[in-house]
Amino acid sequence: MTTLTREPATQKEPVEAASTPARSGPRVPRGAMVAGVLAVWVVLSIVFQGKATLAIGGADQIGVQNWLGDRANDLAVAGDNFFISITSGIADVLDAVIQWFQLLISTPAFPSPYPHIGFLGVLAVAWLFTAWVAGWRMSVLTAVCFALFALLGFYESSMDLLIVTLVSVGLSIAIGLPLAIWMAHSGRARAVLTPILDVMQTLPSFAYLLPLMLLFGIGAPAAVICTLIYSLPPLMRIASHGLRNLSATAMEATDSMGQTPWQRLVKVELPMAKRTIIVGINQTTMAALSMATIAAFINGPGLGQPVVRALNALRVGDAFVPGLCIVLMAIMLDRVTTAASEHGEKLQRGQARDMAARRSALLMGGAAVAVVCVYLSRHYTFAAKPWQSSMGDKLSSGVQTVIDWISTNWAGTTASIANGFTSAVINKLQYVLAGSPWYITGLAILAIALIVGGWRAGVATVICLAGLRWLELWNNAMITLTATLVAAVVVMVLAAVFGVWMGRSRQADRVIRPLLDAGQTLPPFVYLIPVLALFGPTRFTAIVAAVAYAAPAAIKIVADGIKAVSSATVEAAESAGALTIQIITKVQIPMARSAFTVATNQGLLYVLAMVVIGGLVGAGALGYDVVAGFKQLDTRGRGLAAGFSIVLLGVMLDRITTYAARRGEARSS
Amino acid sequence: MKLPTNLHSLTAPLVALGLVVAAVLPGVGSTIKKADTASEGKCGEVSIAVNNWVGYEADAFVVGEVAAKRLGCIVNYVYVDEQISWQGFASGQVDAVLENWGHPELIDLYVKKLKVAQDAGSIGITGQIGWYVPPWMKKKYPDITNWKSLNKYSKLFKTSESGGKGQLLDGDPGFVTNDEALVTNLKLNYKVVFAGSEAALIQAFRSGEERKKPVLGYFYSPQWFLAEVPLVKVSLPKYKTGCDAKPAKVNCDYPDYPLHKIVSNQFADSNSTGYRLIRNFTWSDKDQNLVAKYITADGMSPEKASDKWIKANPDKVDAWLR
Repeated sequence: MTTLTREPATQKEPVEAASTPARSGPRVPRGAMVAGVLAVWVVLSIVFQGKATLAIGGADQIGVQNWLGDRANDLAVAGDNFFISITSGIADVLDAVIQWFQLLISTPAFPSPYPHIGFLGVLAVAWLFTAWVAGWRMSVLTAVCFALFALLGFYESSMDLLIVTLVSVGLSIAIGLPLAIWMAHSGRARAVLTPILDVMQTLPSFAYLLPLMLLFGIGAPAAVICTLIYSLPPLMRIASHGLRNLSATAMEATDSMGQTPWQRLVKVELPMAKRTIIVGINQTTMAALSMATIAAFINGPGLGQPVVRALNALRVGDAFVPGLCIVLMAIMLDRVTTAASEHGEKLQRGQARDMAARRSALLMGGAAVAVVCVYLSRHYTFAAKPWQSSMGDKLSSGVQTVIDWISTNWAGTTASIANGFTSAVINKLQYVLAGSPWYITGLAILAIALIVGGWRAGVATVICLAGLRWLELWNNAMITLTATLVAAVVVMVLAAVFGVWMGRSRQADRVIRPLLDAGQTLPPFVYLIPVLALFGPTRFTAIVAAVAYAAPAAIKIVADGIKAVSSATVEAAESAGALTIQIITKVQIPMARSAFTVATNQGLLYVLAMVVIGGLVGAGALGYDVVAGFKQLDTRGRGLAAGFSIVLLGVMLDRITTYAARRGEARSS
Repeated sequence: MKLPTNLHSLTAPLVALGLVVAAVLPGVGSTIKKADTASEGKCGEVSIAVNNWVGYEADAFVVGEVAAKRLGCIVNYVYVDEQISWQGFASGQVDAVLENWGHPELIDLYVKKLKVAQDAGSIGITGQIGWYVPPWMKKKYPDITNWKSLNKYSKLFKTSESGGKGQLLDGDPGFVTNDEALVTNLKLNYKVVFAGSEAALIQAFRSGEERKKPVLGYFYSPQWFLAEVPLVKVSLPKYKTGCDAKPAKVNCDYPDYPLHKIVSNQFADSNSTGYRLIRNFTWSDKDQNLVAKYITADGMSPEKASDKWIKANPDKVDAWLR
């Protein structure tokens, strides 16, 4: 799922002096300079190993963390101040809205054992609604998905998740669209809001679960707010980008007719940007769904709950089926919103009159069916009760059997692989990064940032490192950085291999892409369980989970980049007699260079997004601090500090890779 | 007034109208059985927190099933961590916590300061927390159950995650634990590593016993797994009142925890039949372990496991309903 949906870089900022060829004298290549820094760093880490690493005890809370903890505790005891009364008012309203929807379609409306509209009625209305907004083909998809939610045994949880998701998306549109319009028209708004959106997307959701819980209580309202925080940014970014890049001639033409700014917005800009806005809504919906499992930690209703419960019991079969329902829901919402935007345009483009009439007649027929179904589902058990089958149970026990077999037969081998990799790679890197005195590590990171990214990257790095030092979790931040870098390298290797393969072969693309799509929507908790069974609670497990989460996005970006290399260039190289391997390494990869840098940037940020989930399965360090801060009263402050530390790491890695990419592009052009 | 020239513009309003009519139309020969509304007034809704260890799940579902089937309550199971459940007392989403392990800091905050919750009596079980090793280790290293010899054996417990020290495996980060402080204050050459859940702890101990792999871990009783693999407890320095007053300075064993129930004041004031059931609820560690075993080892759903126990123990259940 989207971690940071960046708007495409439209205006390139001026490239720094470093790449201007005017400089005289022989220049040391950057690769050699980085290698030099690394060599010095390794030597110093051996000399000063274990000194001034700023490691603190596992349950200690020091300095600024205590201050943060006290603020959180103030929130907990502030019973009746003004701010709390506002948030609890909001919580009450949200609670009422969600309960209303739940009684309508998901939970029993006492004294009836079924909701007001039973299964068949909901199915028919969903089918009709999809047919109306997105066409008949999509309506079949919707009906099949709803039927499967019931047949797999998770109808009520599915409806709960649908409600929470739709309410969150509705609020995202109500709040995000006006802000996006403001951002599109005011550079100042953009400058203020963009960093806030960055933080909203990189701050691990576990870090704000705690304050949200104190402000909004546990349950649906807090779940909606937490989903909202994560799902608002994609819509705002994409919509404001769309509004800013409308054809200037259309604006001038309509302006010359003397329209007011309001008319211009409503009659010209919004309709013209409609397509982009719907893409934003689609991304926001996907982001909202990906919060389902996290929201379950504060008792958010929906499919996340059975998934989290299965993690606690380590039953992968039990997690798989609700996980599958989440994937189905994601596919359904994705396809329907996409189709809805195209469908609307098709209708607007003026179909033949009789076609429109036929459509209306069909819809009216469908409506009659839906009305009958709603009526039946309110009064007859056969229509109210969700369809049942043993499909879900069979699937669950099948998956469980396979995983049990693998973990009993392979566990010895997998454990030794994990141990070998840990001591050969992770521990060595951690020895240098976390084992050196903090000022040496800091200076080394800064030097590398300056070499690869120039002075802008250097400034960002200094600010982020200072922040990390101040939050007093330096050692844990470096352990987390180690795991992040290792995972990101593995992700890039996978992206290069599979991305190039998919970019070169249409068939490979057709087979692999759906798997990647499913991988991106499946909640990480589902594959966390088998990985945990195979590798135990270790940093290795967390890295495997992070790779599984980040690789699909990186592979897709590389595949698209390779595909975009002009076929004429490739053919020219072929006719010159180049071997396949030469074409790949000398033509396609260099020409898709920018795709690789984007993939690296996104890969790093996706990996970082999994740090907290890794904390649940033995990765320790910042991820664990965040989880423990959420679960234990005494370490709340430390948990908050860890959350902010993850943001700082994310911003630092993002800026270094972004500026490095810009310099690379400037040089090659 | 101009009539719409094509059907298209009429579709949406007509559909909406039709759905509303279908929703309000009374049913003829309706087959949906309504619950007995008479019992609603007496019980109403009961929201029980469900914390993430299976013994607790057994408490919650046995009480919940009795409340739903015998008293006609609407039971909500609220799946949250133990410390987070307490926040539910403040915001009204949780009525009862059925198995509280100590937590003087939470009692301070929610009972004394915020005045939103109160004690609702014992559940008849005393809980113990400690460090355990699989039985084969006790046979091979007889003195391992004394904390003083742990440093001698720390090499045995080395893993990829313990950074050259011995590994002390803990459970969920939300469980009650002093282990970080204990390791520091008793000068033990160990590192605490969190397995993440009760199930992960059980898995580690089970494979430790099967493959004769050394495991030292946090565990507790009552716990059904102790019947499957009789883990051996390591004795820590004796608990004395006050030795665990400061979390960072703890250097003694865990105290005994008389497990008890906590309810929100609002729920207690209602004096509903559901509240009285929870107030009266008490059983033994054998009962709890049996239900927990049905759920885990036998793979039954918590509801089915509870129903099976309830059916087999009518006199105990009747005593709670008195």
